[in-house]
Amino acid sequence: MRIHAEVNGEAREFETKGSESLLFVLADQLGLPGAKGACEQGECGSCSVMLDGRLVCSCLVMAVDVDGSEIVTVEGLGRSGLHPVQKALVDSGAVQCGFCTPGFVVAAAALLDENPVPSSDEIREALSGNICRCTGYGAILRGLDSLAGNR
Amino acid sequence: MTARTGARIKGGVGESTYRSDGIPKVDGTFIYSSDMYMDRMLWGATLRSPHPRARITKLDIGPALAMTGVHAVLTDDDVPGRKTYGLEHPDQPVLGSESVEYWGQPIAVVAADDPEIARRAVDAIDVEYEVLTPLTDPIEAERLDSVFKRQRCRRGAEKRRGMVAVEGYYEVGMQDQAPLGPESGLAVPDGGGGVDLHIATQWTHIDHEQIVACLGLADDQVRIHHSGVGGAFGAREDVSLQIHLCLLALHTGRPVKMVYSRSESFVGHVHRHPALLWYRHEADADGVLRRVEARIVLDGGAFHSTSSSVLSNAVYHAAGPYRCDSVSVEGVAVKTNNPPCGAMRGFGAVQSCFGYEAQMDKLADAIGMDRIEFRIRNALQRGDPLATTGQVIETSMPAVELLERVRGMPLPEEGASEDPRLLPGGTGLTTPGASVRRGVGYALGLKNLCFSEGFDDYSEARVCITPFGVEVHTAAVEVGQGLGMILTQIARTVLGIEDVVVYYDDTSKIGSAGGTSASRQTQMTGGAVLEAAKMAREIALTRGNGDELDDAGVWRGGELVTPMSELVGGKPIEYHIRFHHPPTEQPDENGQGNLHVDFAVAVHRAVVDVDQELGLFRVVQIDTVQDVGFMINPRSVVGQIEGGVMQGVGLATLEEIVIEKGVIKNPTFTDYLLPTFLDAPRIEVQVVEERGAFGPFGAKGVGEPPTVSSTAAVVAAIRDATGLELNRTPVRPEHVALAPVQAGRHP
Amino acid sequence: MEVIRPADIQEAAAALAENPGAVPLAGGTDLMVEVNFGHIRPSAVITLRRVEEIQELSRRRIGAGVTFRDLETGDHRALAQLARTIGSPQIRAAGTIGGNIGTASPAGDSLPFLAGLDARIELRSAARGARLVPWDEFFIGVKQTSKRPDELITAVLLPEDLPDRQEFAKIGQRSAMVISIVAACVFRWRGGRTRVALGSVGPTPIRCRRAEDMISNERNPGESALDEFARIVSEEVRPITDHRGTEDYRRHSSGVLARRLLERCLAS
Repeated sequence: MRIHAEVNGEAREFETKGSESLLFVLADQLGLPGAKGACEQGECGSCSVMLDGRLVCSCLVMAVDVDGSEIVTVEGLGRSGLHPVQKALVDSGAVQCGFCTPGFVVAAAALLDENPVPSSDEIREALSGNICRCTGYGAILRGLDSLAGNR
Repeated sequence: MTARTGARIKGGVGESTYRSDGIPKVDGTFIYSSDMYMDRMLWGATLRSPHPRARITKLDIGPALAMTGVHAVLTDDDVPGRKTYGLEHPDQPVLGSESVEYWGQPIAVVAADDPEIARRAVDAIDVEYEVLTPLTDPIEAERLDSVFKRQRCRRGAEKRRGMVAVEGYYEVGMQDQAPLGPESGLAVPDGGGGVDLHIATQWTHIDHEQIVACLGLADDQVRIHHSGVGGAFGAREDVSLQIHLCLLALHTGRPVKMVYSRSESFVGHVHRHPALLWYRHEADADGVLRRVEARIVLDGGAFHSTSSSVLSNAVYHAAGPYRCDSVSVEGVAVKTNNPPCGAMRGFGAVQSCFGYEAQMDKLADAIGMDRIEFRIRNALQRGDPLATTGQVIETSMPAVELLERVRGMPLPEEGASEDPRLLPGGTGLTTPGASVRRGVGYALGLKNLCFSEGFDDYSEARVCITPFGVEVHTAAVEVGQGLGMILTQIARTVLGIEDVVVYYDDTSKIGSAGGTSASRQTQMTGGAVLEAAKMAREIALTRGNGDELDDAGVWRGGELVTPMSELVGGKPIEYHIRFHHPPTEQPDENGQGNLHVDFAVAVHRAVVDVDQELGLFRVVQIDTVQDVGFMINPRSVVGQIEGGVMQGVGLATLEEIVIEKGVIKNPTFTDYLLPTFLDAPRIEVQVVEERGAFGPFGAKGVGEPPTVSSTAAVVAAIRDATGLELNRTPVRPEHVALAPVQAGRHP
Repeated sequence: MEVIRPADIQEAAAALAENPGAVPLAGGTDLMVEVNFGHIRPSAVITLRRVEEIQELSRRRIGAGVTFRDLETGDHRALAQLARTIGSPQIRAAGTIGGNIGTASPAGDSLPFLAGLDARIELRSAARGARLVPWDEFFIGVKQTSKRPDELITAVLLPEDLPDRQEFAKIGQRSAMVISIVAACVFRWRGGRTRVALGSVGPTPIRCRRAEDMISNERNPGESALDEFARIVSEEVRPITDHRGTEDYRRHSSGVLARRLLERCLAS
């Protein structure tokens, strides 16, 4: 089935075969491997994207359901230089293996859009759907705290 | 010869430089093994046993082969070389044929046009089983002599007795490494009968060795390229889909990609060994440890993997970093029909630490001594023999300083917060502040660094000075820990040249760097790069006739005498080295000898808030001091420590593969619970920099020690808050709420 | 796979009648797990994400397509509390209350709320129009409901007489993004009427009617009445042991949780 959607500000179209996820289509058809698959069930947040302005797990979005939608992936956030979240995470050493990082970037950017000055606890709760196995979250929090102006 | 020090060059050792893969990892362009695509690429999938033990009575691939879009269905018959593989003992079938010995064991592999067709083809394979009763009880396995290895350490007088004795039995659940990047790879046939494999692994050369044996190919026909690795923690030491991918690519003549699902990943790699431990500790009334006895049973599961080495490590670390002249430890790794176990961060030392640190608390309490004071009284120091193996410690061993430092770190305030994010139960709103009791627990852990027991541990590296800068070549695997950055910093500091790029060569271009495991790469590949860079510098100074080197070229007496273009314009300077660490020995029949090349210690203090009525807890803070030798990259050291601590907290509070009659009941991230951001304690990190024995600039490996004792510290804190014995980890809500009902068995 | 994109609920119901095997797709957070695991291979889907009638949210009517993210900031305190615990922010942004009801998992977080308030589920079919089913006739077993194959879930209706106090809590092994081991809702009206409902302690949500009767007669329950209340709740639940928790623990913590929630109702 032919699907039309606006992806990272550009009109894109792609072909679906069946009930595959948006996550699969992003990498397989649209050349956007930034969103990462790690659990296939919305329990890790690595595949986070914005769908019509909402933060979702792209593994749980059936690709046929995005016809006419707006999608922003991690690749769409830093198109004019690094997004502040991306820069903050590099600076704080929040990147180790990096597999969870694109999901954290999208989720943190979504949080800061809604609430530019979240407290540390608000950051922790808003990102509680994104699992990181390498860092213990410390460096991620330091990076985002610095953006939010937290001590 | 004097190497330049970090202060003299930007981005040298001692500085928190930035990693070169940082930006591609935040902007989504970094390519992991699961991101690779090629024209005409096929997708692989695996048929796995639904039974932990069975005879295969029928295996008909016909229906799958007949499907449109299916290009190959391969079984044991299609394995041209050795039919089995294994890291230390090749006992695991590439594909199970006559029988299967664990739930999820691969039986056949498929290549098809897309992943969905591949999956359907797997379902279409006609296979019938005669189901057999699995052996799943490790004690029963030992009784039946279903054993991979027995290991003992005996030292000193057997009858040595202290005035005070404590005994206990302990149990550690099966933890999963759960790297976020699933097993994945792409195999590409080279058109001449060989194959290139792009894979997320921890050691390309050991994969290569096993792959060529099973494919029946010559060494130079297979090249292993390490691609982006989404975490490892031991999960990628063993072969998973490597051989399957190569078989499918060679059979179809097309590139084949395979990516495990999370559920497959849970059966696709080995896990941390579950352990049953019994301990008896004796001390004098004045607090001197007199005797340690232990029995350790590790369940190795269905195939050998690294069970022998993990067992040895558990036994050698069984007394921890404490002096004791009379020790008897008996260990056994058994073979069952449970999922195979092998390497995970901490490698046997985690299991022992959970036992000996609980014992040290008990013994201190029995003597009536402060728990930290008791540890300080007995802490191992440089020049002491290790209690188990008798090896005299010649590396830095600042255990006493660690204990004194952690004791002095400020404790967090007792909060009266009603914010659920700061309470046990979190956003579930289970727990009012008034229901919370705080506990504090300590644990000190020991970990060997690098490969031990006489293993020929080496790493190759090549350093080239070219007109375009310095190239560092290695086959070492960057799994995310920041190795590339460390090697860059070392090369910069030695050469005085800022422009350094690390090339991760495939197996055909350079020799082995050893595994990214055992906390060894900073010391081993870092050591190789240090030595190669020193030699390259010597060559440059000789060739350029000077006494200093930097980006501009060779200097003499403060004047540039040979510009870089002239120095290496005609011919680059190149130095290749195979770096060995000082030799170690194999143990004698009593487990004695100089078995290890280096050690590190770490201490953890856990502060935990407990809602005892509901059995819920929140780890508030972990304070840690670690023996790191020297910090080549301080930010990266802190990152390793925080991440390692978190995995230990996970084992204390959440993480366990639940197995029932050989079947994993929770092979998903819905039910294998990893700590979330809201479960993460605040972690305060301090380090002791007392230079180690042989690492570059005195650096020690830092990856594993944070995981060794953090689990024990958290459980000690829960005991402190509740007064319960809690001899099993992870601690589950029912263990706390329904006490005195206790889990655990005497091994 | 066929994709049907109805413009309104009428069209959706008609499409379902014509395609008996079609699967309704709203947030996708339950369905796609099954699809990704290969458990379901739908031949047709009916997309509901943009059907407006089911997005309606008022005090007594909650459209099936309302997401938990929207309920997190809604009027009903316990519903907002439970919404906050469902999956992750990503799941809540997509997952709908209709989906939670339709899946009918014993651990469905919204189910104790519906049970405690005697909510009714609105179902619609092309052939028979709308019908209202009381919660206890709707949830009939583990992941089983009385919804007929040609029916869509369109809304949840709450009664006129809403409680003065309502509180929710959920026990999971970690602090966020977790399936409940026990979930509970307690509602209390001025005058003492109390309703108690729990999830994950039986095949369907459990109402503790003996405990309700006992405590409803206590205007200002003291320690012994609260203890008795907890004890009866623990008796009335019907938990099992699984890899998330033991029967004993669930029984024990059901009582503790219900008591704590009642105390919250009495204090607030």
